[in-house]
Amino acid sequence: MAGGPQRLASGGATIDRGAPVRFTFDGRRLDGFAGDTLASALVANGIALVGRSFKYHRPRGLLGAGAEEPNGLVRLGAGSAVEPNTKATLVELHDGLVSSSQNRWPSLAFDVQAVNALLSPFFAAGFYYKTFMWPKSFWEKFYEPAIRRSAGLGRASGLPDPGRYDKVNAFCDVLVIGGGPAGLMAALAAGRAGARVILAEQDFVLGGRLLSERHEIDGMPSSAWSAQAAAELDGMPNVTVLRRAAVFGSYDSGTFGVVVSAAPGETGPRQTLWRIVTRSAVLATGAIERPLVFGGNDKPGIMLASAVRSYVNRFAALPGQQITLFTATDEGWNTAVDIAAAGGRVVAILDTRREVSPQLRALAPAAARIFLGADIKAGRGRLRLTAIDVVDRDGRAERIATDCLAMAGGWTPMGGMAIHLGGRLAWSERIGAPVPKSTPAMRIAGAAGGQLSLAESLASGAEAGLAAAEAAGHAAAAMAIPRSSDDVVTPFQRRPYAKTRRPAFVDFQNDVTAKDIALAVREGFAIPEHLKRYTTLGMGTDQGRTASLNAIEILADVTGHPSTELMPTSARPPETPIAIAALAGASRGEHFRPKRLPASHDWSAAHGGSFTEAGPWMRPRWYTRTGEADWLTTVNREVTTVRTSVGVCDVSTLGKLDLSGPDVAVFLDRVYTNLMSTVPVGKVRYGLMLREDGFVLDDGTAARLGETHFVISTTTANALRVTQHVEYCRQVLWPELDVSLVPVTDQWAQYAIAGPRSRDLLQALLGDRIDIGNAAFPYLAVKAFDWDGVEARLFRVSFSGELAYEIAVPASVGAAAFERLMDACVRLGGCAYGTEALGVMRIEKGHVAGSEINGQTTAADLGLGKMLSAKKDFVGKMLAQRPALAAADRPALVGLRPVDRAGRFSGGAHFLAPGATPSIEADEGWLTSVAFSPSLGHFIGLGFLRNGARRLGEQIRAYDPVRGRDTLVEVVPAAFVDPEGARLHV
Amino acid sequence: MRILCPYCGERDAHEFSIRGEAPMTRPVVIGVPMAEAVAALHDRRNPPGRTREFWYHGAGCRSWLLVDRDLRTHEVFGATLASGAF
Repeated sequence: MAGGPQRLASGGATIDRGAPVRFTFDGRRLDGFAGDTLASALVANGIALVGRSFKYHRPRGLLGAGAEEPNGLVRLGAGSAVEPNTKATLVELHDGLVSSSQNRWPSLAFDVQAVNALLSPFFAAGFYYKTFMWPKSFWEKFYEPAIRRSAGLGRASGLPDPGRYDKVNAFCDVLVIGGGPAGLMAALAAGRAGARVILAEQDFVLGGRLLSERHEIDGMPSSAWSAQAAAELDGMPNVTVLRRAAVFGSYDSGTFGVVVSAAPGETGPRQTLWRIVTRSAVLATGAIERPLVFGGNDKPGIMLASAVRSYVNRFAALPGQQITLFTATDEGWNTAVDIAAAGGRVVAILDTRREVSPQLRALAPAAARIFLGADIKAGRGRLRLTAIDVVDRDGRAERIATDCLAMAGGWTPMGGMAIHLGGRLAWSERIGAPVPKSTPAMRIAGAAGGQLSLAESLASGAEAGLAAAEAAGHAAAAMAIPRSSDDVVTPFQRRPYAKTRRPAFVDFQNDVTAKDIALAVREGFAIPEHLKRYTTLGMGTDQGRTASLNAIEILADVTGHPSTELMPTSARPPETPIAIAALAGASRGEHFRPKRLPASHDWSAAHGGSFTEAGPWMRPRWYTRTGEADWLTTVNREVTTVRTSVGVCDVSTLGKLDLSGPDVAVFLDRVYTNLMSTVPVGKVRYGLMLREDGFVLDDGTAARLGETHFVISTTTANALRVTQHVEYCRQVLWPELDVSLVPVTDQWAQYAIAGPRSRDLLQALLGDRIDIGNAAFPYLAVKAFDWDGVEARLFRVSFSGELAYEIAVPASVGAAAFERLMDACVRLGGCAYGTEALGVMRIEKGHVAGSEINGQTTAADLGLGKMLSAKKDFVGKMLAQRPALAAADRPALVGLRPVDRAGRFSGGAHFLAPGATPSIEADEGWLTSVAFSPSLGHFIGLGFLRNGARRLGEQIRAYDPVRGRDTLVEVVPAAFVDPEGARLHV
Repeated sequence: MRILCPYCGERDAHEFSIRGEAPMTRPVVIGVPMAEAVAALHDRRNPPGRTREFWYHGAGCRSWLLVDRDLRTHEVFGATLASGAF
């Protein structure tokens, strides 16, 4: 038979018999049709054994036909594109699909670790916690790795994911979650009313249960009606239909997370994460059938009755030759009808209820035996179900041969998404399950809300869709509800759990049995939340969809509490497993975050630049020249060139804020610790800002360009933080001050020109455009000037300690300006220098940077105590005087050099008195910044030393157990080169 | 969570950063005695419910906002510019 030996000759709502498909499972070449799932194709090929269970390695078959599937987890693809732990029931079959079973070795039929099943009495819940305790060190080294190897799911490839992923933001009036009868009606109602609708359906076809049942709507088969509804929705411009779309979470303010997968063969991203913001949502996620708990209820061939109907009606695949039904509801009987109608053989119908209506009984196929008040003592068979041991209501036992048993244990509404934000469930006596309550933000429709019959689903869907559209301002006339063949829902009768010696599974994926629940109760874990943690029930990738209500019923039986008082454990996102890659989207590798490049980047890349991250920026660390053996050689050359000639460095990444307005000077006096109102126009002043709590926030310069116009600079790393702080001061603390603020970091390219020949360089470049003689343009001068039609600014400031300038031009001409600077620089024998040389020179000068201004240091710690003005108040002044911040023995900034000048040390080393035993108590401070000084020929460092200012000349140890160093160092002033600052003023 | 910014309209919370609960009157950080400065920095009521917080629209208009929201449900009732609020 085409499409597999168990394929029915006709029927199948979604399969395309004209499109045969070849695929493999565990190396076997098999046939299916387009429109199959991998699961339905396996059923059509007569394959019942699809996996091994998590803990006991028991043979397992498909239990369900959709998202509820706990057993049929497979590995798809090969090589780096491998995808483990995929539910076979959700995989859209396509030509060339490669799939394999998981958690078995050497093969699915013969798995050596199935020995675990024989030991199952020892592997009960809590086994690991109690057994693998001793010796303690064995847990990490032996027990855990061994357990992880044997108990587990599929393996990832261990290779980078070759797939592409992307993100989409979308907005709508009504988000309909689920495209079954209720969801289709809701989308139609809201769509026809003119609302912007997004309908998200996990399946690749719309219709949900309509595809799997033989209902009629408006006189046509329900699957045909759903195709018609889908076509109408696809044609509406205001409706977006997302197929293969898993809604995984409901978040604040109507935000939903959805992962949309590409269709087989579709180009473009493999998965796309949609962040959908909606005015309100309709939850139409349906309900999932509950298994029945009995000994051996996990034999391959035992399925949910709803799954059997899906395989038979939607996929025309018959899951057995001799089918039996075990039911606690009317569903079992309906299933028998469908099997018989498809030409399958129903051997027996077992109903747990002692009485059923004559109408129901009349449905049974003539050949089927009927057992009422029946129970199953055991499912039998090794790799596949072969028989069941039945007990009838009079206690008579009988063995019935069967290769497929369909279980119908009632329904569990899929209301998880309704409680992501703290919503509550209410117990419905009619369906014997908790159902979520509708709210204006999320209306529940169809089986998700306990409206199990088709007529109820259609009506509640239309009602919810209309109400949601109306709430978004799209009023519409009431919608005609299509006539449907009604399936009357008889009230649910609770079935007491029958005790059995055999393992009776509740959570199939995590191998939790009814006995485990009884054990948990004996050990004191007697409410659902505790039970979950103790037994792992509901912690699998199926989120316990088929397990939660059975667990509650058994818990109720064992404890004597009514089940209506035991609510299932709260659901949290993600509702379905989603790939981390989908959350990351395109933000992987170098695209992890935006990379900002200064205007000089191309020049640097072409001239040996080696780059490092500085905040969000990429900055050159150094510029390697041919023949330079290592980076230290390069950096030494750059430092020496600046100290003896001239160098150019891009400092555009420092934050720049433009402040103007009549009150700007008053404002800056309050923001900075030192006076800024006294800075004359055309001058720059170094400044310090404190946080409100008195610790140092940042340092930088303030340049007064006009009476009411300043440009201030921040460190690269703190640019955003300082902007936020200054905006807070301006908008919240003193809105009455007339000050405007514009961040201009990106608008200006700025270059430092440093070294004794820096004036020569500028002279050569600028000629008489600006007078830069020492008299006209002294240290800390600033001036705007016209540079061949470009508005430029020149600052005489220095971070290196040399005669130095910074020139700023609009970023749009930054690249050209840098090239001109470098031409002039090279002609003078200078060079470009990177952040490493910058760092060496600032340590030589004792200037503090990020390692020192780390949020834990005060101005006094940094040796900047005299910058706290006594003439005015400013942010942080009062709290900087708190005793702990003002204590005299706080670690303070000092310079350090090795006593043996050939010695070395590293940042992070701690200070100890010579002879002291290393301990927290003996700790006297730490090294923050270290560099090799080519100017001095030895290592130098900055650090914080307790009572530092009073200990100059002392010898202490820089103790560094991480790098295995213990260096005797000398405490010196924190300025190694030109401590008087004479070079700045030449 | 979505915040209705007076300048930018309704925007996702990712664009904002929170500073914390806002006092009833404008915070004063200079020219106050130590006890008052300490209280302004550290004392928070942290009520289980509706409260007013400072949020900064850093990825938008750079406004400091007073956001009225419920700490239990995360429902946002509205947002005003902090500069005109006290």
